[in-house]
Amino acid sequence: MRRTLLESLTSRPLTETPPAADDAALAELAASVERAARRRLGRSLAIRQVDAGSCNGCELEIHALNNAFYDLERFGLRFVASPRHADVLLVTGPVTRNMREALERTYNATPDPKWVVAVGHCAADGGIFAGSYAVAGGVGDVVPVDLHISGCPPTPLQLLQGLLALLAGGSAA
Amino acid sequence: MPSLIDIIPHGEPVDGHRPCPRLIVTADEWRHAAREVAAGHATLFGLWGDTGTVPTVHMAIIEDATGEIVVISLACPAKKFPSVGALHPPAIRLERAIHSLYGLVPVGAPDARPWLDLGFWEVRHPLGARRPAPAERPAYAFLPVEGESLHQIPVGPVHAGIIEPGHFRFTAGGETVARLEQRFGYVHKGIESLMAGATIEQAARLAARTSGDSTVAYGLAFAQAVEAALGVEAPPRAKYLRALMAELERLANHFGDIGAICNDASFALMHAHCGILREQALRAADACFGHRLMMDRVVPGGVADDIHRNGATLLRDTLQHIRARFPRLVELYDNTASLQDRTTATGIVAAELARQFGAAGYVGRASGRDFDARRTPGYAPYDQLEFAVPVLTAGDVNARVWIRIREVEQSLKLIERILAHLPDGPTATALDGGSGGNGEGLGLAESFRGDVLAWVRLKGLRVARCHLRDPSWFQWPLLEIAVEGNIVADFPLCNKSFNCSYSGHDL
Repeated sequence: MRRTLLESLTSRPLTETPPAADDAALAELAASVERAARRRLGRSLAIRQVDAGSCNGCELEIHALNNAFYDLERFGLRFVASPRHADVLLVTGPVTRNMREALERTYNATPDPKWVVAVGHCAADGGIFAGSYAVAGGVGDVVPVDLHISGCPPTPLQLLQGLLALLAGGSAA
Repeated sequence: MPSLIDIIPHGEPVDGHRPCPRLIVTADEWRHAAREVAAGHATLFGLWGDTGTVPTVHMAIIEDATGEIVVISLACPAKKFPSVGALHPPAIRLERAIHSLYGLVPVGAPDARPWLDLGFWEVRHPLGARRPAPAERPAYAFLPVEGESLHQIPVGPVHAGIIEPGHFRFTAGGETVARLEQRFGYVHKGIESLMAGATIEQAARLAARTSGDSTVAYGLAFAQAVEAALGVEAPPRAKYLRALMAELERLANHFGDIGAICNDASFALMHAHCGILREQALRAADACFGHRLMMDRVVPGGVADDIHRNGATLLRDTLQHIRARFPRLVELYDNTASLQDRTTATGIVAAELARQFGAAGYVGRASGRDFDARRTPGYAPYDQLEFAVPVLTAGDVNARVWIRIREVEQSLKLIERILAHLPDGPTATALDGGSGGNGEGLGLAESFRGDVLAWVRLKGLRVARCHLRDPSWFQWPLLEIAVEGNIVADFPLCNKSFNCSYSGHDL
């Protein structure tokens, strides 16, 4: 263990230069997010991830945001265990009928002001699962959505670009 | 040893079911097969419902040693069938799902509560004779637990981490878990109903999104089922590329799991370093096949695209890097007593239960079940590649970590061999639906988690019916048993060492 730890002290970090915030995401946020909310949430955001019915592909890439290459926490973005602590709900999947109530309750348990980010193609409109008896639709059909990050699943880089737009939106206010 | 055909001697074979036989049986023969499975003469491999002219139930059974598979089918004109779960507990959840989805009643079943249907759908029996669901959502009775000073801890469906949703109901006496009961279905998307009538291309995309972490394995199982049904074969180069993707998927997932298990024992250093290896494997996959998870890269008939030339170079460099780094992480795991203290003798699955449930993957192999679908019944190109299947007997979290470590080593070897022996030639065969037949096919692929079974019935080049069985069906119930008597704080550790799929199970 000593060798591994010492080496980490002397070698260069793997963490990569942050990408620029996604332009489309900035535009969507400017239209949807109130200036007052941006001011209050400031530059540090607590994120609560909710899987509302995904295939778990999106979860894998959201997990990757925490690895040494992307290191989400350096931007002041961190995942929290409870919606009560959260500023942002990061929601994946088509919303299944079986998860609809749980998502609504999670949304209601999150204090205002709050933002909802819908992650992945399925979260936009149900994706390839739309039309099933078991699917309620996209995230926007159940709770108000402020930002969409598309992809199947979105890469960690795409996720990062979208989430950085939240911070850029905050500082622009 | 009697062969499977001897176990079900009188069934009437169905034409066009490949590669294994499917037999139409009577209720008596169905009961006989259930007794044989319960007696341990064969392993339950799948149990699912079907619509058609007559509602039907199908049961797949396999002989572990030879890999011989038989599907038996029982017509249920009266919408009921003799319960297998009454004799053989691993069938109970599958039968509850059949009842909820198809409205077919397992007669004599020990548990009549719904499964997957949580009361939120507008219809009951969505895959059978649909009827409107009652306006009032029926209450769900969890199993009773009696004793002094017991308390309940309900967890989920929304969990504290970045995980899929499911409900866990713990009953604990102090710190010790007296009973865990799971309730799933939250991510049920109705994949089987979306499959019915879909083109093969659409259906393949659905199969690839049944459980995102096993997208290659699902793509492969589905493709093999379709190819069997159509009687076509993927070209040799495609088979090698599929195996390359499957092993890369296994590597990435095992790295993620080994790190995450250690993280749940609060040993973040392993998590950080395994996370780096996982990311590097995913980047190599992206460079080789244009998608980090390699989604939709395995298609019926072959693969969507050949390996990118510069990708192969990056993959070789990545393998070399992993070979240099991984042994040190293994040493770190092995030499950290505080970590071993958490993983050793925690969450034990008895060998007898692993056998009875036909537990696949690292869950089975850590408890002495020497089974790997790549070897038995086996599929190309693994018959031409030498690899070992690690088996341990301790059955604890530590054993499940070590199985993954050994499998990483095997996968590294396999990828190197595949790269060295990649045959030339085309990467896909055209699918021919010209025969217009109603072919049926069964496909099998060993995901990182265990064997994925895919069964299809085609109508021309469309899917009439498709069933996908995730290995988690036979692993989740064992988790309930494994945590009994452990402390509540060790549940995340046990759960992560199983890493079952919610989405693959819920469909």
